[in-house]
Amino acid sequence: MREAFVATTTALLDEDPRTALVLADISASSFTEAHRRHPDRVLNVGIREQLMAGVGGGLALTGMRPYLHSYAPFLIDRAYEQIKLDFAHQDVGAVLVSIGGSYDAAAEGYTHQSPGDVALLDTLDGWTVHVPGHRDEVPGLLRDAARHDDRVYVRLSVQENRRAHLDGANLRVLRRGGPLVVAVGPMLDPVLEATEGMDVTVAYTNTPRPLDTDGLRVLAEAEVIVVEPYLAGTSARLVSEALNGLPHRSLHLGAGRTEVRRYGHWRDHARAHGLDPAGLRRSISEFLG
Amino acid sequence: MHFKLQPRHMTVIATPRHPVHDLLRRITGDEKHAPSAHSTLDVLWVLYDRVLRITPETAEEPDRDRFLLSKGHGPAAYYAVLAAKGFIPVEWLDDLGGWDSPLGHHPDRVLIPGVEVGTGSLGHGLGLAVGTALGLRAQGLTTARTFVLLGDAELDEGSNHEAIAYAAAIRLPLTAIVIDNRSATHGWPGDIPARFPNWSVSVVNGHDHDEIERALRVTGRPHLVVATVESKES
Repeated sequence: MREAFVATTTALLDEDPRTALVLADISASSFTEAHRRHPDRVLNVGIREQLMAGVGGGLALTGMRPYLHSYAPFLIDRAYEQIKLDFAHQDVGAVLVSIGGSYDAAAEGYTHQSPGDVALLDTLDGWTVHVPGHRDEVPGLLRDAARHDDRVYVRLSVQENRRAHLDGANLRVLRRGGPLVVAVGPMLDPVLEATEGMDVTVAYTNTPRPLDTDGLRVLAEAEVIVVEPYLAGTSARLVSEALNGLPHRSLHLGAGRTEVRRYGHWRDHARAHGLDPAGLRRSISEFLG
Repeated sequence: MHFKLQPRHMTVIATPRHPVHDLLRRITGDEKHAPSAHSTLDVLWVLYDRVLRITPETAEEPDRDRFLLSKGHGPAAYYAVLAAKGFIPVEWLDDLGGWDSPLGHHPDRVLIPGVEVGTGSLGHGLGLAVGTALGLRAQGLTTARTFVLLGDAELDEGSNHEAIAYAAAIRLPLTAIVIDNRSATHGWPGDIPARFPNWSVSVVNGHDHDEIERALRVTGRPHLVVATVESKES
């Protein structure tokens, strides 16, 4: 997905003079040629994430469309107040593109992980959140974001589904059956494998914000299960509000709050958080009884 | 509300009959930050009266000069100058912080014509100013200058130093004004210019309009203007 981001953003820099890219060293080497062509619009501020956000806000104040990029814990967690005040409070937008959300960087440890990035943005108003499940979903999301000035977060991952679903803005039903299981982004393939042979409906989205609450209300039955690749329960409030007045039980699966003080591969962490197919099947089966 | 002035600096603002004083006196509330507001008055007046290429009519023009008040607390002087220059109605000054007032104890760009950034939490203006200057340069708006005003205590915020170092590294045309009323809790050993390596520096009397103006007319590189005023504690 990172390669798709580099290619698409490089093309946007060539095509649209409003586009600016702000980096904090991460991925800077991938934009060497773009920087040569557009030295005034490809800006590497060094390892200064607060400044990266401030520069993004300043660029937007002059009418440009800034794309900011780094590891999720540095882009979102570290610069949270800048994101709060340098964008929405100024009534401007930006496109924040992260890598390394949740436990992608398993061997790097907790300092390089951000399970809470989407939950943090949920404390703010007006952020669209895209969580692509396949690299081919990335270009369209980034190009759509170039056409307006709103606030957009694109959460890239090394975890991918086998195939892309380009119309993932709303809930897209991929398997019809009984209780609804919503899979966000790269959680789709593990959910499909986990629910093989089970009588459930599986729906996919790569845009959890704004959540397709209308679709949720249409598809939901008495039980709803949401599987997200970030902090478990991040969407619980929205799901509850969407289903207000409809008797239901819900199960929210995602990364746990407790730090996993182990390294290894992201698949190891997925297993530790119960987000591998076996763990998901266990949780979903127990919930549905 | 007290407005301490050095009697030897009888500048335009220091003249008690100057209308901006009357405007400042109309502003009620915000007593907590009164010294902070007054420390900026002369610099703000020189900016809007002599330096900035901006009027109420050109406040949305892409090539206007930008002034960002990073030191967003104590904005009474800022509001008084904006009113004196016609950006906002003088009647707004009578209800600072009121429910129906656009004027808060910290300025909000969405509510106030002519205000470039909403500030209050310290340490945001300089980064935004760097981005603003970069955006102007990227669009070829090279005649538009960017100014940002901070307090010496505000320099305690680490985010400023990210911006200071980067602006110097890329030789960004940008003028940062630091109002020095010795309010930083632990002071600045080596003085404020030492915190701005590779910036050109002017240290001026913060009440002397001619000195202030000369310093603000330095262009083409990151430039620091330290405007020294009486101590906050005096």
